[in-house]
Amino acid sequence: MAKVFIYPVNSLILADLVERFGHKPLTMMNQVREKITNISLDSPPINVTPEDPKIGLRYAAIEVPAGVRGRMALIGPLIEEAEAAIIVENSPTNFGCVGCARTNELMKYLVRDKGVPVLEVKYPESNEDARDFVNEIAEFLKSLPKEKPEEDKRVKEEEPAEKEAVI
Amino acid sequence: MAETKNEEITKYIVISSDKVLPADAAMKIYESEFPVTVKETCFGLIVTGSKEDILAVVEKIRQLDKNHIFVKDRGFPAGDQRRCRASRGGGPRPGFHFLREEVEMLPAIGAALDELEAKEPVKEKRKEKSRLKVSDLEKVIEEELAR
Repeated sequence: MAKVFIYPVNSLILADLVERFGHKPLTMMNQVREKITNISLDSPPINVTPEDPKIGLRYAAIEVPAGVRGRMALIGPLIEEAEAAIIVENSPTNFGCVGCARTNELMKYLVRDKGVPVLEVKYPESNEDARDFVNEIAEFLKSLPKEKPEEDKRVKEEEPAEKEAVI
Repeated sequence: MAETKNEEITKYIVISSDKVLPADAAMKIYESEFPVTVKETCFGLIVTGSKEDILAVVEKIRQLDKNHIFVKDRGFPAGDQRRCRASRGGGPRPGFHFLREEVEMLPAIGAALDELEAKEPVKEKRKEKSRLKVSDLEKVIEEELAR
């Protein structure tokens, strides 16, 4: 099961398709849930802790508007977790938590820069588009590994030790 | 690390089916006697409860019409004061606009999933413009009448 980052981060269609094909969607909703079900934070509407701006600062500089950093405090950790990503361009609406164009640009840049498999598709506008959209996503998701082989993990753990020995 | 209310999750069940109505799905959940909170909406249901119960309920509902019932997580529980319109003086709930846009696209996505399931070729090239065959026309009419 691969962790798949989706853009838009709160998309019903993408979250459903990723789950349908046996992977885990990384969505904004889960991040929000963690925020609002945390007992110590349950003081609406103030749900920002001193830790959040620090997390946001990992992705955007201090001169960047606070909204971008605030959003990145939620979205950044998802990108770090991502093992694959699906980006849908030309989505007709970007309301609410995905309504910031600069955050969206930064988010897409970070995903592309991460080097994980990325599928970029256009939001469907007709039935034929929808068919292509679903087929492309299905094909992409089927190509992702269902389970990570344990050997790879072991090899990665051993590598740093070898390097140290050489130095 | 702060303490969290453990494993309480909420999911949207968005129904875009010709066979299943939100009321049918809600009745199915009541019949199943899972201890979950169900809120019926215009587009489907919002269910809140423990993770195991919700996953079981969602799977059960999805099986009613697999390719036309869509599910996604929701951050806020059903009826949460920060989101519920009853306590905010009406108007669309934050997040509803995007959902509404996507709901409009769901029939086409459902049809595409049906086709995919029927194991039609994954990449079908678009046909060139040609006259509509009688058999295809009959199929279209039957589909329309079945609605």
